[in-house]
Amino acid sequence: MTQIKLTVNGGARSDEVEPRLLLIHYLRETLGLRAANVGCDTTSCGACTVLLDGESVKSCTVLAVQANDRSVTTTEGLVAEDGTMSAVQEAFRENHGLQCGFCTPGMVMAATSLLAENPHPTEQEVREGLEGNFCRCTGYHNIVQSVLGAAEKLSGTGSSASTGSSTEVNA
Amino acid sequence: MSILGTRVLRTEDPGFLSTGAVYTDDVQDERLAGACYVHFVRSTVAHAKINSIDTSAAKEAEGVVAVYTAADLAADGLNPLKPMAPFMNQAMLQPLLASDTVRFVGEPVAAVVTEQVYQGEDALELVDVDYEFLPAVVNMNDALSGEKGLLFTDAGTNVICTFGDSSASNPDLFDGCEVVVSETIQNTRVAPAPMETRAAAAAWGEDGRLTAWIPNQGAQGTKAALVRALGVEPNVVRLITPDVGGGFGAKFGIDPESVVTCWIAKQLGRPARWSETRMENLLGMPHGRAQQHKVTIGGMKDGTVLAYRIEILQDCGAYPKAGAFLPSLTILMTPGPYNIPRAESWSWSVVTNTTPVGAYRGAGRPEAAAAIDRAMDLFADAAGVDPAEVRRKNLLPKFSEPHKTAFGAVYDSGDYVTGLEKALAAADYEGLLAEQAKRRANGDTLQLGIGLASYVEITGAGAEAGGPNENGTVEVHPDGTATVLTGTSPHGQGHQTVWAMLVSNELGIPIDKITVKWGDTDLIPKGGGTGGSRSLQLGGAAVQQASRELLDVARERAAASLEIAPSDLDFDVDTSAFSVKGDPDKSVPLSSLAETERLFVNSVFSQPGATFPFGTHVAVVEVDTETGKVNLRRVVTVDDAGTVINPLLAEGQRHGGIAQGAAQAFLEEVVYDDDGNPLTATFADYPFLSATEVPSFELVDMATPTSYNPLGAKGIGEAGSIGATPAVQNAVIDAVSHLGVTHIDMPTSPQRVWRAINAVNGSKEA
Amino acid sequence: MIPASFDYEVAESAEHALSLLAEHGEDAKLLAGGHSLLPMMKVRLAQPAVLIDIARVAELSGIRIEGDEVVIGATTRHAELAGSDLLKAEAPVLAYAAAQVGDPQIRHRGTIGGSLAHADPSADLPMALLALGGSLEITGPSGVRVVGADDFFVGPFESVLGPDELLSAVRVPRGGPNSPGGTVPWGYQKFVRRANDWAIVGVAAYGGRVALASMGGTPLRATATEEALKSGASIEEAARLAAEGTSPGYDFHADVDYREHLARVLTKRALEGKTG
Repeated sequence: MTQIKLTVNGGARSDEVEPRLLLIHYLRETLGLRAANVGCDTTSCGACTVLLDGESVKSCTVLAVQANDRSVTTTEGLVAEDGTMSAVQEAFRENHGLQCGFCTPGMVMAATSLLAENPHPTEQEVREGLEGNFCRCTGYHNIVQSVLGAAEKLSGTGSSASTGSSTEVNA
Repeated sequence: MSILGTRVLRTEDPGFLSTGAVYTDDVQDERLAGACYVHFVRSTVAHAKINSIDTSAAKEAEGVVAVYTAADLAADGLNPLKPMAPFMNQAMLQPLLASDTVRFVGEPVAAVVTEQVYQGEDALELVDVDYEFLPAVVNMNDALSGEKGLLFTDAGTNVICTFGDSSASNPDLFDGCEVVVSETIQNTRVAPAPMETRAAAAAWGEDGRLTAWIPNQGAQGTKAALVRALGVEPNVVRLITPDVGGGFGAKFGIDPESVVTCWIAKQLGRPARWSETRMENLLGMPHGRAQQHKVTIGGMKDGTVLAYRIEILQDCGAYPKAGAFLPSLTILMTPGPYNIPRAESWSWSVVTNTTPVGAYRGAGRPEAAAAIDRAMDLFADAAGVDPAEVRRKNLLPKFSEPHKTAFGAVYDSGDYVTGLEKALAAADYEGLLAEQAKRRANGDTLQLGIGLASYVEITGAGAEAGGPNENGTVEVHPDGTATVLTGTSPHGQGHQTVWAMLVSNELGIPIDKITVKWGDTDLIPKGGGTGGSRSLQLGGAAVQQASRELLDVARERAAASLEIAPSDLDFDVDTSAFSVKGDPDKSVPLSSLAETERLFVNSVFSQPGATFPFGTHVAVVEVDTETGKVNLRRVVTVDDAGTVINPLLAEGQRHGGIAQGAAQAFLEEVVYDDDGNPLTATFADYPFLSATEVPSFELVDMATPTSYNPLGAKGIGEAGSIGATPAVQNAVIDAVSHLGVTHIDMPTSPQRVWRAINAVNGSKEA
Repeated sequence: MIPASFDYEVAESAEHALSLLAEHGEDAKLLAGGHSLLPMMKVRLAQPAVLIDIARVAELSGIRIEGDEVVIGATTRHAELAGSDLLKAEAPVLAYAAAQVGDPQIRHRGTIGGSLAHADPSADLPMALLALGGSLEITGPSGVRVVGADDFFVGPFESVLGPDELLSAVRVPRGGPNSPGGTVPWGYQKFVRRANDWAIVGVAAYGGRVALASMGGTPLRATATEEALKSGASIEEAARLAAEGTSPGYDFHADVDYREHLARVLTKRALEGKTG
């Protein structure tokens, strides 16, 4: 067993782990952060994507021990204390960027990292930026709209959604 | 102002986006405390006798609780699964764990149970299976002829069942036709590959009841299958459906692994959990499509089609699952939206040493559409008539009274030509033709291809007994909230939001005060699930009907308590209250009528038959004629499924279907080598569609209501996948048709396109 | 999906890494980004008993100019290479190649050293390095040796790296807009069905050198093409010879003849300076 100390969603953690424990399983099983999912065995699908020191990584291909002294952020950590979601999460909601939701946490983290590195992506850059995240339900159309919408939100330009108008139901 | 028809955001999403939905693998329940973990040894060969299974080393491994084989199941009286319909060859039984024979790579052979999840793969490596190879029958044509051997010696054949009668074929079917074209077309096997793989969690209580959490598309059907497989009384099992990460037809019914997991929990007297890897999923979850079509189409030089024949061979994989009866739906939809005076079709369903084939988005109908629309283009090409004109000429004219086809389908309403024209206009068909002509004249390397598909499809005929129906329960609580119970089973479709919209629209209760429940068989014993695009037209109509009936009950109660006639009351949706006519201050809130006695109604909604949405897809591709690579540039669609209740969600369904349909046409395929070894068993090998291969889609609105339900709604879930496949395939072929290419099988991989170009050129070097 | 068990050591310096390698011998593997090694371990194609983590050895990371070469530390991540203004200005084909590896998440973790040591004949960086005619700095118990790209890859997933050696740096010639000699013409073609696939066939052209991926057991030079160019042949004529001396395999994406055809077509495009 190996001792690791890291920050997860802003909180300090200290745990003893097997070296072979994958970061995704450390997050899900040890910490109970189950938003990120396992979707494949070949580092292909991105459902496990989280941020490691602010950069998107596939947590199925990172050992928990490699995260020692690092900080990890998951979708649970993108929500403010008062329950407000991040601009990226809000944009996904407004643009119907999710259906079954399985790929969504990974997609949100990949998009968050993408926009941090490229705040004004074109549609093509969004699609290429998400080449490591698979979705079966949406055909990617509304996911792309969500990311473009989030870019607008974050840069303070334009309205909150980039397509159509949607009815806000609950406050 | 009605909320129906507006873009209401989903109430599911805040949770899904933050802490995530709760899928089976996420479920934390005290009943599952102390669960052990189940893993499966799977066959690594396509066809073999099992001489022996040595589990001794595995049993000694760290953390191993038990190892089970077929012998253990048999000793406890568990039987193999029978084919799901009596007309299927009943000798083709599917064991829960393979006993003497394995019939496909990935078939479960033994179950290893461990204390911790990580110990599972370590233990699996220690199970030693001694296989004796048998010849593998991989190609469906070999299976039909039987010359390479039989999968089931007792069956005497590899044919599971047939539909239609090939001996009744009319030899003169194409008499009088000036143009006749034949082609053998493959409708390629694909993997449904929902992002959530299969899983199960099981716990037996002290009361002898089993609680099982299994992702599914219809809890009641899955429970029934589980009950049969375990050989227990129905009241023994409670099936709970957690959030489901996609189904696409592949999560109906029950898988052997789930049955074994439930059985293991009983054997060990402790909860058990199973979760498969993606490789297991790509091998073990039923595949989709896998039909071969021999088509002949004939007609006149002016583009009028007179006759069409399609012989269907369905590859069902190693055991009869839903795939075996899908050709009956393909046959039902043989002519599609076209008026074809003479048409005939029949099918054989055969077993092969490959993964079993089941339902996959469209389930039998995309196959029919892919065939007829490929045939339309073959005919157009041979007759020298523009493919849009051929469709225009042959589409059934607009009808609003039900139209019965020669194949027995009763199309409820349709306006196919308008759909075609709208799609062509939105795509700027003329402009595209001009661009294509320019590139051809220039001899550009990148050629443009335009592909069309006009389709009609059958929806609303789901898994329920006794004709299209579904039940819904609506209850209003004294605190002003409401609960809805539905027999549908969403896995991304947003029923939680839309059923709440429907109820809110009737009762005036705000959406965020309405809870929608599904998938718990103790709570909702009856239901047809979600598939075949049935949910809105049946399940949605049911909750709307239940709401209306609830208002009638409430009205009676209000009238009785006020000692007036029910007709003296008005119901105001905006305030969710009754008021006395002429005395508006005297108002009785709906919720107050639940104070002394529960206020709820369960209602069953039935409609006269299935409904038939329709549309036209236009696909635009660029083909690099030097490399054969296809770039999908545009997909423009009309998908008319009648009244749209939530356009935001309806668009999402169309997008998803279009992507899957397009993917089959140019990218995705399950591949086996000649020995039945799968070559596409990981997401690195299986060419699963990613965001860079598709454009944003262009959706055109059109809504021709149906008279079959009060919503006027047909089903939208599968329509996208039905039109997109032939449209994209036709586009690729169109891009190189000026070079003499007339057909390229799907998926139109770069190599296939390159070979097609060269076959015409007669040379191998470009 | 789960690797077999292993022990884990963290190297504090290159020297420490070497002593750990010496201690554990063939049972040990070096871990930097882990995006070549961990996927193999997860499907149990590799089962090292010990992983030596060198990701935090600062001296092994970084990009700098040294004379007429750019020197890149072995644990420099693909994302850093792809985004490096210095690298784009001095060796643009390498920056471009790094941007083609996998997807953004993979590029945040994978390292140039890991990719080169993995020696996948279908991969981007081995091919790019071969086109550049770069070299690899290998540190072992007896010191540092430098091996040219032409000699480094010896078979599928096999390089000349010994079990007690550490790939410490990569050297490439300066040939970008900011370099003393100016930009060396280059082109890059990666033929895939999906964006994050490995190349069905890949071509990198740099000056008069042409390197191919997925055309044999290692990345290969298209020597017949190079010779033809030297003798004054046109790009079109030279590209026709691209498949000579290659031995591509076949899979369900591509038969041998199709790969050979792609090699010719893509070599022409790469020599024309095109990327795609």
